[in-house]
Amino acid sequence: MGKKPQIIEREEVVIRFSGDSGDGMQLTGTLFSDTAALFGNDLSTFPDYPAEIRAPQGTVGGVSGFQVHVGHKEVNTPGDLADVLVAMNPAAIKANAGWIKPGGTIIYDENNFTEKNIEKAGYEKDPIKEEKLDNCIIIPAPVTSMVREALKDLNLEPKAVLRTKNMFALGMVYWLFNRKFKYTDEYFEKKFKNKPDIVKANKIALRAGYYYAETIEALSPKYKILPAKLPKGVYRNISGNTAIAWGFLAAAEKAGLKLFIGSYPITPATGILEELALRKDLGVISFQAEDEIAGICSALGASFTGRLAVTSTSGPGLSLKSEAIGLAVMAELPIVIVDVQRGGPSTGLPTKTEQADLLQALYGRNGESPVVVLAASTPADCFHFAFEAARIALEHMTPVILLTDGYLANGTEPWRIPEMDELPVINPPFATPGDTPFLPYKRDEQKLVRSWALPGTPGLEHRIGGLEKTIKGTVSYTPDNHELMVKTRAEKIMRVSGSIPDLKVQGDESGDLLVVGWGGKYGYIITAVRELQMEGYKVSMVNFNYINPLPGNVRDLFSRFKKILVCELNLGQFAGYLRMKHQEFEYQQINKVQGQPFTINEIKQKCYEILKEE
Amino acid sequence: MAEENKLKYSPKDFKSDQEVRWCPGCGNHAVLSAVQRALAELDIPKENYVFVSGIGCSSRFPYYMDTYGFHGIHGRASTIATGVKTANPGLSVWQITGDGDALAIGGNHFIHAVRRNVDINIILFNNEIYGLTKGQYSPTSEKGLVTRTSPYGTVEEPFSVGELVIGAKGKYFARTIDANVTLSTQIYKDAARYKGTSVIEVLQNCVIFNDGVHENISGREVRDDRTLTLRHGEPMIFGKNNDKGLVLDGLKLKVVNLGDGYREKDLLIHDAYETNPGIHYMIASMRYPEYPVALGVIRAAAGQTYEMAVEEQIRSVGKNSEIKCVADLLKSGSTWKVG
Repeated sequence: MGKKPQIIEREEVVIRFSGDSGDGMQLTGTLFSDTAALFGNDLSTFPDYPAEIRAPQGTVGGVSGFQVHVGHKEVNTPGDLADVLVAMNPAAIKANAGWIKPGGTIIYDENNFTEKNIEKAGYEKDPIKEEKLDNCIIIPAPVTSMVREALKDLNLEPKAVLRTKNMFALGMVYWLFNRKFKYTDEYFEKKFKNKPDIVKANKIALRAGYYYAETIEALSPKYKILPAKLPKGVYRNISGNTAIAWGFLAAAEKAGLKLFIGSYPITPATGILEELALRKDLGVISFQAEDEIAGICSALGASFTGRLAVTSTSGPGLSLKSEAIGLAVMAELPIVIVDVQRGGPSTGLPTKTEQADLLQALYGRNGESPVVVLAASTPADCFHFAFEAARIALEHMTPVILLTDGYLANGTEPWRIPEMDELPVINPPFATPGDTPFLPYKRDEQKLVRSWALPGTPGLEHRIGGLEKTIKGTVSYTPDNHELMVKTRAEKIMRVSGSIPDLKVQGDESGDLLVVGWGGKYGYIITAVRELQMEGYKVSMVNFNYINPLPGNVRDLFSRFKKILVCELNLGQFAGYLRMKHQEFEYQQINKVQGQPFTINEIKQKCYEILKEE
Repeated sequence: MAEENKLKYSPKDFKSDQEVRWCPGCGNHAVLSAVQRALAELDIPKENYVFVSGIGCSSRFPYYMDTYGFHGIHGRASTIATGVKTANPGLSVWQITGDGDALAIGGNHFIHAVRRNVDINIILFNNEIYGLTKGQYSPTSEKGLVTRTSPYGTVEEPFSVGELVIGAKGKYFARTIDANVTLSTQIYKDAARYKGTSVIEVLQNCVIFNDGVHENISGREVRDDRTLTLRHGEPMIFGKNNDKGLVLDGLKLKVVNLGDGYREKDLLIHDAYETNPGIHYMIASMRYPEYPVALGVIRAAAGQTYEMAVEEQIRSVGKNSEIKCVADLLKSGSTWKVG
């Protein structure tokens, strides 16, 4: 004691909060992230929790984690390895042992490291030693007994006292990172408005943790992370699911339409329905259907009447919606289907991440059934791609499938809030009554889009449906008509490419290796590629957000690199798709199906390997 | 009622230019003309009608109506109709479905639409057989029926539409016979005016695969003695000579002959608006030969509709919210300024 703590200035730090699912780790992580964001750091978060709501206490299966990566420079991923691990019990050590940086800091609640808990986590005696974590800075803290002591004058129930353990731990982390209490205090005051005792208890626990860390200061370095240099503007933290919901709201406003969501709860997509259910103040009709099929079909009914109609789901739900997506293709009605991908097949790994629904999105329907497929890259750009998906659906009268994943859905990052004027106006092709009878499948010549005639409009009465039709809407089994309609529907989707941007290269426009990603693994790939570029390699990256149709400059771009590596969390679905669409190139692959994202190192190692060849 | 049709439509205004392709003699033809007659007599602008269907013979119906129409996918008509009505409560939404479409593949959607009380009119064509796939048994087929997929007779208990509707908290149930265009027209008009999910079971004949399925009650010679047409506020009386009626005997309905110690004033009076479903359930469940089969509007209890409850919530939340447009939402909560 008395020794000044060492202060390390760092570009970035990864912190992982980990404990029992009842320990409040998600809240702890969120409060730390929000405080960091308000301080001006760039950041990316990821909650990693079990599918079980309350798995048995103290077991590895019940460990709930929240990782946050804060930085002074641009942060693109929640980070691979943690600099700081907060472990509320031995199981949290077990679950995270492989994810701590050598020399990192581990704070743990020593009161919870009882013989019984140690055994439950699968250790014999000393988790730290058994995991060979001795090279880390270990800070055992008597969290449980300290909060009991700190709160003894409040006469709270023992349970309520124990619920503040996470705030004690958070207080210790605040000391390490020199953070202020203000935002967190305000949170308590708002959250427990009618429970002054609980507000007080949390504030005391937070400060007790902070001062405890200060008292034992010699044990760990303090970190200093300066604010990031972000573009000017007003920012907020946003998760992918919220960003999706808000993107739809913005699109509805820009199109002058009411928003309708018909959905069924499914992990990890439910947040979209929940967020839109809140937005009655913006006129949203949110319909929680009896199943996935009812979700999309109700949305199709709403679309028929002239609403911006959306449905949200995850892989198994997308399977159930297949037939109705086919109906939307045939009826040529606008609808957006969000698929928040998770580990599959079947129920699979509901809370884990994977990119294996791509082929289902592209082809998972009977007949020739083309749809537009988009994929978002980061939690914040989910807003942009939800808006884009709605724009394309409405202006091209087509279903659009938007792919995200559990990491984007629940992860957060700072987002510069756009002004509504920055967003384009959306112009759906509404039909107006004319002198001649309305022909439901008459198209504009340029985009091949039919017009949208809304019930309630005199003179535009017409019938649509799943049977093949002529331009007039008459059911027809004529061979030539069917072929004409199949080709026209396919061509209509191809012509969407006229309204999407070219692919952008991250790095030089030519080189030895082009690393290709799609959708939500952008952050990991770009971080790896930037590091390789710093090391002097001629490596660039492209990330595809427009999957069908593909952007127009793919061939030109691919031809300027000696080698192409496609990175995806599946067995090679996008690589296979590219082989079909652009056969003239050779594609190498890096694939992973562990329910976890790539680590930056995995991508780099694969790149080194390819660059070394010949 | 001349004054009710201010819009002066005739049934042919609702005929589309599509050739009707049902089999000659199919009961669907009569349903189509009864619906067209009913619509012509209602005071609803033609452009406000939307006909939604699933898959099956009857589900071709929307193509033959010169209104807005959406021919959906098998079993899902209730969900599409729910979306249409909730998104635009100003429309008059009709769901056309069959016993297979509504009660087998679409059973789940059917009960949930009824439970929510969305203001849609569901015409359920019940011919107790799959027609479009050429003669397999359906969820309403009589136990023991021999069909292509039950060559030795079915071993399943059938659903009764009325029991299912009332069991799903349904507030409106009516039953008619395809060929009885006068009664059907009255019921369709009544259902259109009723606020809530109205289910109309049409006992419909499939001339090819289940011919005469309802003949034992609908035949010209027997129908008066084997059916009871209910009218709200009137006694439950039936028979060729109006000589039979229903009374409550303990906890059960009982058929009595007038004159055998019973007079008309002893008979039950039909109250379609009663909210307690008990008596309606008993009436809807009546089967020949123990009882006459009830026709007409069996139940029409008042209740809040789903789409109006949704509209009301949007109105009241909107009034009290500080968020009036998307820009307000984007800037709500914790934000910070850079630069």
